Amino acid sequence: MAKNIYQIRNSRKSENILDYVLLVFCLLLIVMTVYPFLNVLAISLNDPIDTMRNINFIIPRKFTLSNYIYIFEENNLGGAFVMSVVRTVIGTAAGVICTAMLAYVLSRKDFYFNKLFTVLFIVTMYVSGGMIPEYLLITRTLHLNNNFMVYIIPGLIWVYNVILMRSFIEGLPPALQEAAKIDGANDFIVWAKIVLPLCTPTIATVALFMAVGQWNSFMDTYLYARDLPTLQYVLYEIMESATIKVDPHVQASQLQSAVSPMSVRMAITILATVPILVVYPFLQKYFVGGMTLGAVKD
Amino acid sequence: MKKKEAKTKKAKFSWNLMWKQRYLLMMSVPFVIWLIVFKYVPLWGWTMAFQEVKPNSFALPIWERKFVGFKNFAQAFSDRLFPQTLVNTIGISILGIVLGTVAAIFFALVLNEIRFTRFKKVTQTVSYLPHFVSWVIIASIAKMLLNDGGALDTMLNTKLHLMSTNSAVFWIVVCMINVWKEMGWDAIIYLSAMAGIDQGLYEAAKVDGANRFARIWHITLPGIKPTAVVLLIMSIGGALNVGMERQMLLSNGIVQDHAMVLSWFAYVRGIGSNNYGLGTAIGMFQSVVGIILLLIANKVAGLLGENKLI
Repeated sequence: MAKNIYQIRNSRKSENILDYVLLVFCLLLIVMTVYPFLNVLAISLNDPIDTMRNINFIIPRKFTLSNYIYIFEENNLGGAFVMSVVRTVIGTAAGVICTAMLAYVLSRKDFYFNKLFTVLFIVTMYVSGGMIPEYLLITRTLHLNNNFMVYIIPGLIWVYNVILMRSFIEGLPPALQEAAKIDGANDFIVWAKIVLPLCTPTIATVALFMAVGQWNSFMDTYLYARDLPTLQYVLYEIMESATIKVDPHVQASQLQSAVSPMSVRMAITILATVPILVVYPFLQKYFVGGMTLGAVKD
Repeated sequence: MKKKEAKTKKAKFSWNLMWKQRYLLMMSVPFVIWLIVFKYVPLWGWTMAFQEVKPNSFALPIWERKFVGFKNFAQAFSDRLFPQTLVNTIGISILGIVLGTVAAIFFALVLNEIRFTRFKKVTQTVSYLPHFVSWVIIASIAKMLLNDGGALDTMLNTKLHLMSTNSAVFWIVVCMINVWKEMGWDAIIYLSAMAGIDQGLYEAAKVDGANRFARIWHITLPGIKPTAVVLLIMSIGGALNVGMERQMLLSNGIVQDHAMVLSWFAYVRGIGSNNYGLGTAIGMFQSVVGIILLLIANKVAGLLGENKLI
């Protein structure tokens, strides 16, 4: 009996130790996730010449904003930044409205084509034509290359989001829609006045999904619209070229405070990351909900 | 009201019904047209895999293009880049699935077991962050950290050559970066599976004297097995679809031999050298093998007595 108690105590002790092992593991993980970002931030705020000495630091040694000033003055980054913002705003707004509209129609079981349309949409989640036919469609058939619309139209609707929203709408009390219809509202009015206002949580989820997708999108610029560079694409270009045009007429004394490719790249990296960080608190709240909601789809 | 709805559900086609549902039609037909143009027309583009399609013959109607049977496929398989590309794709894929699944389950277990609730939340929040950051940014950071003479080399005061070893080392590097980016996010689904396990089982096991490890081994892991199997089947179905974006962004001239994957290869041959037929054939090979793999994985899971996906 006594031995038994001893054993239980002993195992409790080891279990408590496990708690601290887990704690240390999580701390390590946090450091591993955050450290690279801090490193990038520090380089972007540090004097470029000083950075060349040793790039491994998380507190700027010689603070300067010159890297940021440079990217906006010399690299015409303002244009790319505006392009990224504009495509994100327009793409998200258009996408959310279309998704909500389609989701509502597909939630209406009495709609004659409900089954057919639902199947048509879901099939495309599993089979796709692949990159080359899509490329040819957009550039050769529709001539959308280097047209702003290539950022909006091909990715207008994500079927996954439609399903997410549809299951939310199906969960709304049907009495509200019926009441509105008895009052003489048509289907469009029901959608706009009744369903849409009740959908705010999923609209937030879908909007954030699409906004992050738009902001992070790189392949469409790379494939179709190199004349309309976004922030992501400019960052890619700088990463590939690894050199920065320095004006040959610049005096040697001015070159002292010149920029290094590394510092400029890090400044752009931060610029492209910050918007994500700003919406991040909202993101994770809505995304996690959306993720598990999607996991139990019918 | 409900009865009426059930009646209309079975309604036969009539113009009267169409008129009644005209708003619903107006709200959906444009999107169906969009769907056909952007999703089904590219599927029809698969016919190009059996034709010789070059920039000058693309504009021709389909019946006037030269039909070449499986020549594009033969050409793709005999390409000097093809064997290495296929090996890379499979290698990166298997490594990615194994490392990704193990890391996500392990991390979910850690979060599930940790008792400091506040701290758990912080860890989880931080762990999702890289998921929302684009591959361009990740590549930029990874190159700063891992390139020769980068931050990691400086920190450890050695030369690891992580980004400049033209061998399977690059696969590991790519997969580890992917784990770093996605582990927290992928763990969510396992965490929610763990939350669905009956708490009574744990209580009963405790009474029977099972310690924490025993409870994890005998209750938690079997509890998430169905979820893991479904996710595994799906990822095996996508085994050849290693994205071009990540590979292209993380690679450089030195490691290109081991970074090339099928989708990128399709781009290089199809768009880079303007042989649309060949590029489509490579893409089609990738999709068809993917579907076959999915069916095999599904069958195997069924034979092993697991839940099937389809």
